[in-house]
Amino acid sequence: MNAFATDMTAAPDGVSETAHREELLRVDNVSLSFGGVKAITDISFDILKGEIRAIIGPNGAGKTSMLNVINGFYHPQEGTITWRGKERRKMKPYEAASQGIARTFQNVALFKGMTTLDNIMSGRSLKMHRSFFWQVIWRGPAEREEIEHRRKVEDIIDFLEIQAIRKTPVGRLPYGLQKRVELGRALAMEPDLLLLDEPMAGMNLEEKEDMSRFILDVNQEFGTTIALIEHDMGVVMDLSDRVVVLDYGKKIADGPPEEVQANQNVIDAYLGVSH
Amino acid sequence: MFYREAGQFKTSYKADQALMPILQDRVGLLVILAVAFVVIPVFANDFFLTSIMIPFLVFSLAAIGLNVLTGFCGQLSLGTGAFMGVGAYAAYKLTSIFPDANVILMVLLSGVFSAAIGAVFGLPSLRIKGLYLAVTTLAAQFFLEWCFIRIPWLYNYNASGAIEIPHREAFGVVVSGAEATPIVRYFIVLGITALIAYLMANVLRGRIGRSWMMIRDMDIAAELMGIRPLQTKLMAFAVSSYICGVAGAMMVFFWLNAAEPSSYSISLSFQILFMVILGGLGSLSGAFMGAAFIWILPVFLKFIPGTIGINVAAETVEHITFMVVGALIIFFLIVEPHGFARLWQIAKQKLRVWPFPY
Repeated sequence: MNAFATDMTAAPDGVSETAHREELLRVDNVSLSFGGVKAITDISFDILKGEIRAIIGPNGAGKTSMLNVINGFYHPQEGTITWRGKERRKMKPYEAASQGIARTFQNVALFKGMTTLDNIMSGRSLKMHRSFFWQVIWRGPAEREEIEHRRKVEDIIDFLEIQAIRKTPVGRLPYGLQKRVELGRALAMEPDLLLLDEPMAGMNLEEKEDMSRFILDVNQEFGTTIALIEHDMGVVMDLSDRVVVLDYGKKIADGPPEEVQANQNVIDAYLGVSH
Repeated sequence: MFYREAGQFKTSYKADQALMPILQDRVGLLVILAVAFVVIPVFANDFFLTSIMIPFLVFSLAAIGLNVLTGFCGQLSLGTGAFMGVGAYAAYKLTSIFPDANVILMVLLSGVFSAAIGAVFGLPSLRIKGLYLAVTTLAAQFFLEWCFIRIPWLYNYNASGAIEIPHREAFGVVVSGAEATPIVRYFIVLGITALIAYLMANVLRGRIGRSWMMIRDMDIAAELMGIRPLQTKLMAFAVSSYICGVAGAMMVFFWLNAAEPSSYSISLSFQILFMVILGGLGSLSGAFMGAAFIWILPVFLKFIPGTIGINVAAETVEHITFMVVGALIIFFLIVEPHGFARLWQIAKQKLRVWPFPY
């Protein structure tokens, strides 16, 4: 479990690594507006297989809208999204989920009335196929399927170290643990692309360290590609392979962390500029 | 002290996700089943069976049906009475068309018709949520009631406009009509209710039950995790209406013997809804507790003045009962808005840590 430490040193040469990686998702000239409000204007970027891609920007820059476009919740007016080499125009959230895109939410969106275990089991919904008939009978196929998926879910519970809260309704958990359960729920979908919307918002330093370690472990052990929105610059710079910066719905920078950090546009967007 | 799972270790996931992982719960259920299947039939008189147990079980089943929709899938419905009516009229038509077929089968089949109609009236649920959905189900209630009155074919052109349950035999025993004995009716109602309750417990702990609860708790997240909202909601409407339909058919076949359209009016919908709310949304055992509270308690209250020797007029007793039950409903909703099921859970938790507070 010292993946955190090893990656810190590996980060610099991650840049050259990404060059020959396969493209998983590409967004081309996407524009999204709500009535007269332009949320996203002509944005293009790509996400390579196996990388951690950060999307940053000041409040209202269109980061979450971008994630919503990627997993099919919003349909952009212009532009195309290419997922695993296939261009798609309109995609329903159901299709995005079944093709391997999972996400967590900025405000925890767990199923409050269900236990931790059920919440993570719910991530396996798409992988369970026993029909109503077998579910009613339960004994036999439905029970076997449930146990088979329970094993996978227990692996995730072990991985996230939340064994003790397995049977606790998530509404009663503290915020940091809820975030962790939400990550577990997304992991249960065994996604190819994991979208994390501010996974560390509102956490203290220790919780942030834990979460960072989990994100790196997910990336390295499972090989999951991660796109992440985060406001903590230290975390973003340490974790991500490449960063895309949005401001007022436009892309202002894209590149490896140190390059972005030095970019004058980015500094202006964050610190403001005197005109 | 007596309710403690200490020492009961689970060594397989199968044992861990059993319906009742704790031994005491299993024993408790066995005791309840033994009372229901053996003690009550042996000791109860006809009045107890016909006026208390049979309606209680019928209402419990209807409450389970509504609980699937409202408690587990989060879709508020005021059309329960009408869906029960569809079951009753469907079973009546089925047994009129096939007089020789087993009437118990016909009752179980009648739910299919109410499921279909329930699914149709569930269609607006994709766009409409909460109280607004309740209003659209209200439309179902009024439309179906209108059908029961205005379509004479449904009640076989009976001059009185009511359905009267014919004499039917199954397995050589009279099961419906005026000659059917209370004990036979009781066993049929108990059997069907227990069976459906068990089957629903299976559905609710698996993938389908989870998908309903996902829609209830956070529909957007559910959608992004690959749950298709329309299919899931329609399935909940269909399953719920099926159960309500069977309950409605049992109500007229094994309890009332005859029914008018007004038997399945909006007040029945509300009665079932109150049972669900009082018993606990999202709990199967709560459905039974809610039905017991709303149905059995008033019956007992009516006997209290007589047994303790106070001589009051029957109407006064009736009115006092109304007031007491009303006050108790308010009391229990203040004590525990999540219903009897939650109260029972809290009690179990207290028993578990007794004699310490936590």
